[in-house]
Amino acid sequence: MSKILEVRELNAWFGATKAVKGIDLSFEGNTVTAIIGPSGCGKSTFIRCLNRLHEEVPDASAEGHVLLNGDDIYGKDIDPVAIRRKIGMVFQKPNPFPSLSVFDNVAIGLRLAGLRRGAMLKEIVEKSLHLSALWDEVKDKLNAPGTSLSGGQQQRLCIARALAVEPSVLLMDEPTSALDPISTAKIEELVTELKKTVTIVIVTHNMQQAARISDSTAFFLLGDMVEYGETSKIFTAPKDARTERYITGRFG
Amino acid sequence: MKRRFSDYVFRSYRKRKSVNAAMVAALVAAAVIALIPLVSVFGYVLQKGLPALNVAFFTELPKPVGETGGGMANALLGTVTLVFLGSLFGVPWGIATGLYLSEYGRGRLAGVVRFSADMLASIPSIIIGLFIYALVVVTMKRFSAIAGGLALGLLMIPTVARSSEELLKLVPEHIREAGLALGLPRWKVTLWIVLRGIRGPITTGVMLSIARVSGETAPLLFTAFSNRFWQRGLDQPISSLPVQIYTYAISPYEDWHQQAWAGALMLVMLVFAMNLLTRLALSSAERARK
Amino acid sequence: MGLAVLLLAIAFFLYRAAAPALHKLGWSFVYSSVWDPVQDIFGALPVVYGTVVSSFIAIIIATPLSIGVALFLTEIAPRRVGRVVGFLIEMLAAIPSVVYGLWGIFVLAPWLRTTVEPGLKTALGFLPFFQGPAYGVGMMAAGIILAIMITPTISSISREIFSAIPQPQREAALGLGATRWEMMRLAVLRSSKRGIAGAVILGLGRALGETMAVTMVIGNRHEISASFFAPSTTMASIIANEYSEATSDIHIAALVEVGLLLFAVTFIINSLARLFVSRSGNR
Repeated sequence: MSKILEVRELNAWFGATKAVKGIDLSFEGNTVTAIIGPSGCGKSTFIRCLNRLHEEVPDASAEGHVLLNGDDIYGKDIDPVAIRRKIGMVFQKPNPFPSLSVFDNVAIGLRLAGLRRGAMLKEIVEKSLHLSALWDEVKDKLNAPGTSLSGGQQQRLCIARALAVEPSVLLMDEPTSALDPISTAKIEELVTELKKTVTIVIVTHNMQQAARISDSTAFFLLGDMVEYGETSKIFTAPKDARTERYITGRFG
Repeated sequence: MKRRFSDYVFRSYRKRKSVNAAMVAALVAAAVIALIPLVSVFGYVLQKGLPALNVAFFTELPKPVGETGGGMANALLGTVTLVFLGSLFGVPWGIATGLYLSEYGRGRLAGVVRFSADMLASIPSIIIGLFIYALVVVTMKRFSAIAGGLALGLLMIPTVARSSEELLKLVPEHIREAGLALGLPRWKVTLWIVLRGIRGPITTGVMLSIARVSGETAPLLFTAFSNRFWQRGLDQPISSLPVQIYTYAISPYEDWHQQAWAGALMLVMLVFAMNLLTRLALSSAERARK
Repeated sequence: MGLAVLLLAIAFFLYRAAAPALHKLGWSFVYSSVWDPVQDIFGALPVVYGTVVSSFIAIIIATPLSIGVALFLTEIAPRRVGRVVGFLIEMLAAIPSVVYGLWGIFVLAPWLRTTVEPGLKTALGFLPFFQGPAYGVGMMAAGIILAIMITPTISSISREIFSAIPQPQREAALGLGATRWEMMRLAVLRSSKRGIAGAVILGLGRALGETMAVTMVIGNRHEISASFFAPSTTMASIIANEYSEATSDIHIAALVEVGLLLFAVTFIINSLARLFVSRSGNR
């Protein structure tokens, strides 16, 4: 398998506080990688560096290299706007645009990118809604506001919105933390399905979730990556004592 | 094979980037343009007002038309008098309204009061002048300092009420409960404990509204009117800085224009200083709370 | 509670003082365009026209400017810059009206007369708005001064509305590959249309009732002229200008009637604005 995303010496700060400390990590194509760790360990900051969203926070900065198919997205002439289309993101709380309909929420990324042709737009929106397993539930209310859906549906709508622009990597920042168990199960199922088309990096505070859906897992602590490996190994035979203490629930 | 989505992307990307750059530049320009009048007003007021500020400006009465020199001493004193009268009337009413809204302000009655306060705040000040004219000037059959003071007082009520309501809401509930637990009646808790604790910030709010009304001209035109001599009593017409500036500005005399600029400088300095002080006081109070 | 009574008292006393004019002039007050105190003829149409047009000019200038300022403050400026600029914009609101008037007479009007109006005449002279002699003092000067004075109002309310929009909305847009401007349009402007409308209406309310600065630069002539360069008058400025000189009872009553009209209009406009702004989740 090929390495689609490679992180080298990545550091990130909030003002003078270092939140991510020299991370090296690569992600293989069509896999799910889970990033786990206690809150405040820098895992969210880390994935927000992968699409250069971190630097949009006031006083925040990042430094290092992230190679997408070999090209450094932190390179000199790279525009973060173009990067974010290739690396999609789903957030902690569902955040569909309240002023847009279900259809427009999915179409907006395409429209921004300049796609005006109605037929093609329709086709991609429908495809994305199928991919996010939402089509059957919303096909009759495509014109209803995006925020009229239930929480779990909203989150899948956000996934469809991210998928519509055909990203090669999908970043998910604790996508189920605001959802009930049934919606969570649906999203987890979806993640396993989606890895056929995109590479997924998912941050989660829920270790069972990481164990259920990911191929590899990275454990973060205080901005450092303590351990990385195949998920089955991390959860059954962690090498580091801190990892073991965390997954057995002794701190965090 | 259909065209892929990414075929479209690169075509419009350049255009999007330049639209973005243009818009961001336009927004920065908007901020700059909005500040030009401020800079210009400040610049001219300083440039034209400073040379005209001298001892006579603060100590002498206006000279009759045709003679140069003289000052605005009576107008300065008049403004102080009017603002004092206005505060006597507007501040207690304003604070009482703020207290009512924050401590007892639920339900429909409070809604009516809040609405009235908002409306009163947005009535053009010249209407307040007309009202006081009809109410006081017509009854007393003469322009007077009292009428002017009342007009300014009315204008102070909504701002004082709003700022004290907001400050009172910041007082934590447990402070009230502590007082109530001592067996004090609610009104005593409100007056002795709640209000006492925020005397400082409320004073700041009052000062700010004083700064605002001391520049008011329209409501004074036909309530306090004006007077070219020292004031003779509260039931007599009285001069004020803003009205004097107005009269001098629309006069044809160069010498008066200069004095108008000097008067404007005084007003601008007053509001600027008050606003800056308030801002500093509020931000230090905020820091203290954290 | 006193405040509501006070409000009613204001309406009542104005009505009582305006009554003679209301009875004598009837509806001709609203549609007649002759205002001649010497012959006791009072038609408020030119006054209303002047008010509406000067406020309209102000809104046209101030709306984009204020929204631009608000977006600059919330979405672009680094925190420190934003704080300082925000304070300065608030200072614009704190400068007394009479000082703007003074500045308008001696700085703005001469500049309009010598530079702006001749320029507009050359460029857009085919439009009736930009024809006729350039006085400097007139409708245009009043509109510009009003625009300056209401910009802080509109921008500070818009700013509050923009800052109330949750950060994740912005990140969702950016995460999709929106440029900064596209993010503002999508996540910020789209969801605050209502609030912005409220802010603009509130600004309009201020512009309609603004007195001193307008009185000093509008030229005070009771004629309807299509040209923005021509002198005009507004409801507030005619009261300020003529009230203390009015001698006949009917003249005074007519001026109060103008005041009553202004009171009613600003009351309605501000209630409307309040409806808009509070429903969009802002106080």
